Amino acid sequence: MAGLATVFGSGAMTNSIPEIENNDALLVIGSNTTETHPIVALRMKKAFRKGAQIIVADPRKIDLVRFSALWLRHKPGTDVALLNGVMHVLLKEKLIDRDFISERTEGFEAFRKSIDSFTPEAAQRITGVPKKDIIKAAHIYGKAERPAVFYTMGITQHTHGTQNVFAIANLALMTGNLGRESTGVNPLRGQNNVQGSTDMGCIPNQFPGYQRVDMPSIREKFESAWGVRLPDRPGLTATEMADAAHEGDLKALYIMGENPVISDPDTNHTRKALQHLDFLVVQDIFMTETAELADVVLPASCFAEKEGTFTNTERRLQRVRRAVAAPGQAREDSEIIMELSTRMGFDMKYRFMEEILREIGRLWPAVAGITYERLGMRGLQWPCPTHDHPGTPYLFKGGFPRGKASFTPVEYEPSRELPDNEYPFVLTTGRQLFQYHTGSMTRKVAELNAVAPTAYVEINARDAASLRVADGDMLTVSSRRGSISLQALISERPADGVVFIPFHYREAAANVLTNPARDPICNIPELKVCAVRIEKAGAG
Amino acid sequence: MIHLTINGLPVSVPEGTTILDAARSADIPIPTLCHHPKLTPYGGCRLCIVEVKGINRPVTSCTTPVAADMEVATTTPAIEGMRKTILELILSDHPNDCMVCEKAGDCALQELAYFYGVRENRFDGERRCYAGKDRNPFIDRDMEKCILCGKCVRVCEEVQGVGAIDIAYRGFNAKICPPFEKDLSCEFCGQCVSVCPTGALTGKAWTQRGRQKDIKEVDTICPYCGCGCGITLHVRRNEIVRVSSREETINEGWLCPKGRFGYTFVNSPERLHVPLIKEKGVFREAGWDEAMSLIVSKLGKIKKKYGPDAIGGLASARCTNEENYLFQKFMRAVIGTNNIDHCARL
Amino acid sequence: MRDPVKSNLTIRVCMGTGGIAAGGVEVMAVFADRLAGRGIRADIRKHCSIHKVGCRGLCAKDVLVDVILNGDKTTYQFIKPDMVERIIEEHVVGGNPVLEWAVGEDYHQFHDKQVKVVLSDCGNINPEEIDSYISVGGYNALERVIKKMTPAETIALIKKSGLRGRGGAGFPTGVKWEICRSVEASRKYIICNADEGDPGAFMDRSVIEGNPHAVIEGMTVGASAIGADKGYVYIRAEYPLAVERLKNALKQARERSFLGKNILGSGFSFDIRIKLGAGAFVCGEETALIASIEGLRGMPRAKPPFPVHKGLWGQPTVINNVETLANIPYIIRNGAEWYASYGTEKSKGTKVFALTGKIRNSGLIEVPMGIPLREIIYDIGGGIENNRKIKAVQTGGPSGGCIPAELLDITVDFESLARVGSIVGSGGMVVLDETDCMVNIAKFFLQFTQSESCGKCVPCRIGTKRLLEILERVTEGKGRLGDIELLESLANDIKATSLCGLGQTAPNPVLSTIKYFRDEFEAHITKKKCPAGVCRDLLSFVVLKDFCKGCGACKRVCPAGAVTGERKQVHVIDPEVCVKCGACYDACKFKAIGKG
Repeated sequence: MAGLATVFGSGAMTNSIPEIENNDALLVIGSNTTETHPIVALRMKKAFRKGAQIIVADPRKIDLVRFSALWLRHKPGTDVALLNGVMHVLLKEKLIDRDFISERTEGFEAFRKSIDSFTPEAAQRITGVPKKDIIKAAHIYGKAERPAVFYTMGITQHTHGTQNVFAIANLALMTGNLGRESTGVNPLRGQNNVQGSTDMGCIPNQFPGYQRVDMPSIREKFESAWGVRLPDRPGLTATEMADAAHEGDLKALYIMGENPVISDPDTNHTRKALQHLDFLVVQDIFMTETAELADVVLPASCFAEKEGTFTNTERRLQRVRRAVAAPGQAREDSEIIMELSTRMGFDMKYRFMEEILREIGRLWPAVAGITYERLGMRGLQWPCPTHDHPGTPYLFKGGFPRGKASFTPVEYEPSRELPDNEYPFVLTTGRQLFQYHTGSMTRKVAELNAVAPTAYVEINARDAASLRVADGDMLTVSSRRGSISLQALISERPADGVVFIPFHYREAAANVLTNPARDPICNIPELKVCAVRIEKAGAG
Repeated sequence: MIHLTINGLPVSVPEGTTILDAARSADIPIPTLCHHPKLTPYGGCRLCIVEVKGINRPVTSCTTPVAADMEVATTTPAIEGMRKTILELILSDHPNDCMVCEKAGDCALQELAYFYGVRENRFDGERRCYAGKDRNPFIDRDMEKCILCGKCVRVCEEVQGVGAIDIAYRGFNAKICPPFEKDLSCEFCGQCVSVCPTGALTGKAWTQRGRQKDIKEVDTICPYCGCGCGITLHVRRNEIVRVSSREETINEGWLCPKGRFGYTFVNSPERLHVPLIKEKGVFREAGWDEAMSLIVSKLGKIKKKYGPDAIGGLASARCTNEENYLFQKFMRAVIGTNNIDHCARL
Repeated sequence: MRDPVKSNLTIRVCMGTGGIAAGGVEVMAVFADRLAGRGIRADIRKHCSIHKVGCRGLCAKDVLVDVILNGDKTTYQFIKPDMVERIIEEHVVGGNPVLEWAVGEDYHQFHDKQVKVVLSDCGNINPEEIDSYISVGGYNALERVIKKMTPAETIALIKKSGLRGRGGAGFPTGVKWEICRSVEASRKYIICNADEGDPGAFMDRSVIEGNPHAVIEGMTVGASAIGADKGYVYIRAEYPLAVERLKNALKQARERSFLGKNILGSGFSFDIRIKLGAGAFVCGEETALIASIEGLRGMPRAKPPFPVHKGLWGQPTVINNVETLANIPYIIRNGAEWYASYGTEKSKGTKVFALTGKIRNSGLIEVPMGIPLREIIYDIGGGIENNRKIKAVQTGGPSGGCIPAELLDITVDFESLARVGSIVGSGGMVVLDETDCMVNIAKFFLQFTQSESCGKCVPCRIGTKRLLEILERVTEGKGRLGDIELLESLANDIKATSLCGLGQTAPNPVLSTIKYFRDEFEAHITKKKCPAGVCRDLLSFVVLKDFCKGCGACKRVCPAGAVTGERKQVHVIDPEVCVKCGACYDACKFKAIGKG
């Protein structure tokens, strides 16, 4: 998000889900869309049926490849080289938008020089993708009327994740493929209200609405609205908090509905950090792996037990409605926070949920026009500044919030941990269709667990044969940080030397293995590439 | 625009519109069992037949485009008679077990049988009889109730792009099944369940959990990934017994296996239902007052001793906007720190 | 190439599927062997040629063999391998035809009233040699069309000839081509429908087996007229000989530049692929056929759009049947007027029928449209077997109807058959006599259509099943009062509401039999009797006292032990034990078993 915000001044999907079916070219990179965003994938399939050409760039032969005009199997972590190679072709063949570049962007010349060396041949050497496919990708994207790029964590969860995003932004800027319907750059958000939590200021450097905590005028606005003095220094990110806890600088942590023990890299490190705290409060609906470490556990309500709004990946606020009562003494998260605040001397009281949204609207104009009544069946997409504004399906129609968008020269940097003799395989992690995130919800659903009961490591038949491993064998997968045992799943999806593990399973948590090395700009850990060793369980 | 009349009523619709859509736009009902607005017209159930002046046989309104000056009649005695014959034929090969059917009250076939008053049936004879059950965990496939409308086949192919099922065999023995009649093994999105007009496809988890008349429907948003699908929770006695989705949602009524079938965690006995306080490494139940007091005093002491930045908060991508707003406000305004984050990065 | 006219001895053995089934391969092998054997001694070997020829129609008399010696032709019938020696000995060597084995008067009569266009070269040329076809003028039409005529002229000529589709519906071929030509599209297709599925029909099969190049030439002419560059022959896999000969013919046509890129240097390119069908009757329906070629389940879809607008892979597509296409070269060669000189005002040309049933000369016939049905039955067909009384003629296969004996003087063409409730269809013609039960006939066809329904639409899938079940109970003596009316009502609703031609015509056999033979239905239902003595459940067998000699033959053959009686005494059948198999009836030499 930080990457896109740097370039455009706003970091969210530029287009909306219904627009996808009218794309005539789609570049899907680092997104196993059919499993992680199945309904977005339906629109992609619809676009395919309407004649769109889909380029899938993924080290794995994901299901979307069936619908693709072109599949680029690049080596994990080589996205920058691949994208730069494509852009090199676009530039060489003049498939760029001169007017757009001169009117709405800056920094083109420096960028142009930066991709000089990324000939298709050079890109092929780094990525393993044949140069003819790189050229073909450039032709499909460059000649399309309404192309859009879609990506998820396959792009961002790298030590150079922000660089990856910059490269995608460069691609869209040089071709002028922004600010139009069905044309743009679309990071797909992985959790139902992750967009909302960011929008709402649950980030250490920004208040709600991406307003910086270190800008005095903004801070004053919030101080006067809330009636207190507010801190002016950006805080710590989640992974920095874990480090600070480890170091003893952070003494207490209040976790509302998260399970970092499973979701964060290097589980052993996270667990130790949390155990090091003086005081840990976890507010959740289940006794998660994280809650087990808490001093106090508060029973909260799930989505079906509360009123409010969620904001989906396309900036769309939609109504959440109470269907059932929470079990036992469990309370709504908002009620808990209000009471806690009041007990701590800050009178936080709202008569009804919408009152909170009204307060948000007063502080962040982009949602000022949104009321519960207006949300209806299909919600409203911010920006929606006034009560008669229809919402904004796609961004940057007239220009960018920061004026001109900037090109950012991006150099290829290898992933931090590459395979070697000791750890010869590349591990990449992600989700699968039938489980969700840390499994705290889906693993309580019997039907889902009937079809996806156990953790597995996906490995291709050639690698399996070289390790003398059969489908279903128990394997021990180890990295420099730990090891887990799980079943082998022989599949044609991974490339040679690459294995995949879904991270949903606590008993074989992929994040025991992953590398906590982080992107220096936005602190996202490198969950998509680390080096592992694979042995048959019990073989030593 | 094409101008035509339906039952004498002038109707204007864009070229290419089917007679069925034209009629529906004018609020003239035409019965159908195999039509779905998002799927390729099929023309299998034959119930949507209408008379068009100048054409000597009935035409199916779902497949016939309008033409200028067309005169359409939707409910002549002859047409209604043929529709009744078709319903009798369908019902002559359909189990009469509405009494125990999950779909009763929400069944398109039952509805039509009611409106056409099909009590006596001129036709009897052999009925399809299938031994063996599909053992997949999600979808009950009772093929004796299948009317071969083909919606499931089309939605699986045209919307989901999976093609897990198709029609096998011929004539009276025609049957919709997975390849070689094996157990269904697919993405289990349940799109087929959502379009099935009868009780042939239902959720296994729905069984004996309550029928439509007892159910309260609550429209809300799916708790899983970032697509933000609109879902409808079917609630009976404070329990979610089924999930569906409306066509007018941004997801067009389509869902994934988690969204459609992954709701039972809400009623899980493992839910936390009382505050817990850990003492000597073991949790014990506590009252809210005690838990709150402990948190207030602990946080207060730490803030006093080490400053507000010794405290951090992690908000949740699964909580609402309002809750997240309150949580960051709590961290910033009450605790006094910007140590607030969530797991957007993971 | 060997030219049959120049040899002084030609042996021609009928090698259609019927001929092969009757032993044609063996007969020809024996001829080759014995002639070779004698050839060494008699020194006539080099003058001999043996041709495989296609069907000549009179399958009932297979194996048919022509021996042409010095220009004089003798045709032999019912030839078996062990008869070859005598033919060679007496005819080839001795010069005296074996007259007792030669075909008789009825063979000539069978051919005299026929007019052969499509079948004119079948049986005379070697279907496996392209030169044999070229020697009778083959591929002249194609050359003329692509070198000297515009597509519009070709279409005009076909329209003028009055040729109508021979697959069943009788749509004017030239009009179909014209519509397809007028549709703008990047690619067009022509498909030859060789999915002949009617029970007992073998017209298309015989044409492909006997003269595959005519079909290829017709298709290529059609392709050039509509602007197609790709064609498919959709043919049932159950026709292995036809497929083999077609493959061979396609290969030869490509070698001679009658197919492929830049045909005969004209700049026009066209090629044909064979697509094997799995024998589903419904795939004869054009939209189902298209679905099948596309790799989908063969199920029809609603029309419009018609295939000429949106057909194979969504492109404009002409689908013509085998016989239609095989007519094309002859029409181009001989002119539209020549073709139109046969037939009636609205039904031009000739039509091939598969004449079967209780008829003496069963086989494949080609007659001018408008010929009286009576002439087909009595002059060509030689009348009814065993001189029984004719009851009806069923035409058009499972989609057709029964024409009762009283209407035998009607002419055979699209219009007049439709007027009496039947159709020309693809050309099935089954002759029924007094021993045929009309309820049973209707049931037979319904069994077929019901099991061949694709299952897509309700009236066809369930409706034909219910029709069949009612017919079954009527033939089992369980018919209910009101069943005739119920049959009529359901049949009419199925006709009106079914999706495709299969369902829309499936009730025809029921409706037409009820129309003309209602009394037979009534007898089954009210009197529980089958007047024709066919429906087993309605039969009873009794010993006729006056004729029984007490020989015991009936008792010996009865599988159920239902017959009792002392030797030389009148025997008795116990109706409670009798299983109505009819063995006693067949075994009795004294006609002492009564059936009824």
